[in-house]
Amino acid sequence: MAITREEVQHVAILFRMSLSEEDITRFQQQLSQILDYFQVLQQIDTEGVPPTSQPISLENVMRADEPRPSYPTEDILANAPLSERGFFRVRAVLE
Amino acid sequence: MELYDLTIHEAADRLARRELSSRELTQAVLDRIRQVDERVRAYVTVTEELALKQAEEADKRIASGNAAPLTGIPAAIKDLICTKGIPTTCGSRMLENFLPPYQAHVTERLLDAGLVMVGKANMDEFAMGSSTENSAFYPTHNPWDLERVPGGSSGGSAATVAASECIYALGSDTGGSIRQPAALCGVVGFKPTYGRVSRFGLVAFASSLDQIGPLTKDVTDCALVMNVIAGHDKRDATSAPLDVPDYTRSLIPDLKGIRVGVPQEYFVEGMDDDVRASIEAAVNKMEELGAEVDWEVSLPSTGYALACYYIIAPSEAMANLARYDGVKYGYSDMRGDSMWRNMELTRQHGFGDEVKRRIMLGTYALSAGYYDAYYLKAQKVRTLICREFDAAFQRCDVLVTAVSPTPAFKLGEKTSDPLQMYLSDVCTIPVNIAGIPAISVPCGFAPAEGGSASGGDGLPVGLQIMAKPFDEPAILRVAYAYEQATEWHKARPKL
Repeated sequence: MAITREEVQHVAILFRMSLSEEDITRFQQQLSQILDYFQVLQQIDTEGVPPTSQPISLENVMRADEPRPSYPTEDILANAPLSERGFFRVRAVLE
Repeated sequence: MELYDLTIHEAADRLARRELSSRELTQAVLDRIRQVDERVRAYVTVTEELALKQAEEADKRIASGNAAPLTGIPAAIKDLICTKGIPTTCGSRMLENFLPPYQAHVTERLLDAGLVMVGKANMDEFAMGSSTENSAFYPTHNPWDLERVPGGSSGGSAATVAASECIYALGSDTGGSIRQPAALCGVVGFKPTYGRVSRFGLVAFASSLDQIGPLTKDVTDCALVMNVIAGHDKRDATSAPLDVPDYTRSLIPDLKGIRVGVPQEYFVEGMDDDVRASIEAAVNKMEELGAEVDWEVSLPSTGYALACYYIIAPSEAMANLARYDGVKYGYSDMRGDSMWRNMELTRQHGFGDEVKRRIMLGTYALSAGYYDAYYLKAQKVRTLICREFDAAFQRCDVLVTAVSPTPAFKLGEKTSDPLQMYLSDVCTIPVNIAGIPAISVPCGFAPAEGGSASGGDGLPVGLQIMAKPFDEPAILRVAYAYEQATEWHKARPKL
């Protein structure tokens, strides 16, 4: 199953990641090969089989929605590339 | 015997008898790191000063009579488990300068037990890989043959235990990342049941598959570490609210009445003859020890597990990795003219090749028009794999297979062919798909194909023992009885 250059670029954009020209060429070839390998799953009959998203069945885990202390703002912002007055700072979102 | 070669239980006995101090033991391990890590490269960060300080505290605790079994024992932590204020890089440029503002649950537990941390172990970037060659910093080398890989993704953790650069280590296992490197480096590596150990503070890769576990020099040590790290934690909603048994009670040296199954599908095409012979010999040994062996167990969907995994794991990974945006923490590329452009550049330059490849696979598999054919189909196949294990565990207490179809391969041998690299996890992946526990224990040596640089005993082979969910005791019993009847775990590489 061959994937096109345009599809590779489209998938990268869906994830908000840019790729170099060489990345696109390499991924086009490698992803095509891997997607081909995935075709093996089409041989297996899964009619009426429910999907499993988590292997050990747990019920939903609930807790009371009560305020409680969290980490100090300065500790969290210590790893931020840019911050200002207790907030993360980013470039303009709207052009 | 050198101090750094001691197991946890041997060292703890000497510490308790006051024949040895944690300070001396820690210094011996730090000296060993200085002596061999230039060649092995198992560590991203060595925390010498911290280790010596913790060793002094441990000695005080031992003197006051409050020691626990792990008190004062030097350990390595895989570099994706958060250690407050100490770099936690995940083997990635993206987190090269990240200092966690909190401790992981397992780190907290070990600290309470008297941890001496000597360093953070190298790994494949974001735990994606089977050779530790995907580390953004440098590959780790196999202590049994420095021209070969240690396996991955917990390759640093496995190599540091094998090379006696620590007494034990923690790793994480999403598709074999503890067991495969343990096998390739000749140490014990355990992936507990999904939910048995809290992942709070573990940098997430694939959330329905990830699990933390120990890498140790023998099975007794494995039980000792499990006693500390297992148990419920409300900060990980998938952690199981179940009591934790004392795992050392499972260390029984006979196998009377234990039903061992050997699934035929795990003798895969392309399996090394010496690996196959070692596995068969190990099963025969179990029979001698009193086990009832069924050589004809069948898990027919095994051949589909790899494809199933390489759809599910990248899909979950792409959702988890979306948090790396260059805003909150980590690498940030600010050369763009907008927030969105910066995010695209941050990911292009912050992630390595394999991580990008898996993000691309996961994003593709979840995208409109492909979801049913890939992700949903894989989830249904997952159900079939789980059902087959359930049925097998009706008849068997444990299932025994190889961990890796081949011994350690050469550095660079598989880096240009991702699919070949993925195939090295063919025997370990079904375990994560089904969430069951499994161990790797040393079961022999295979002569190195194409020659061994060290010209030693050959390359280690690992035996995998699986059990039903939360039956870690069955695995530890079988692993212990087998280990006590053999000498493989006593071999150390010449460095």
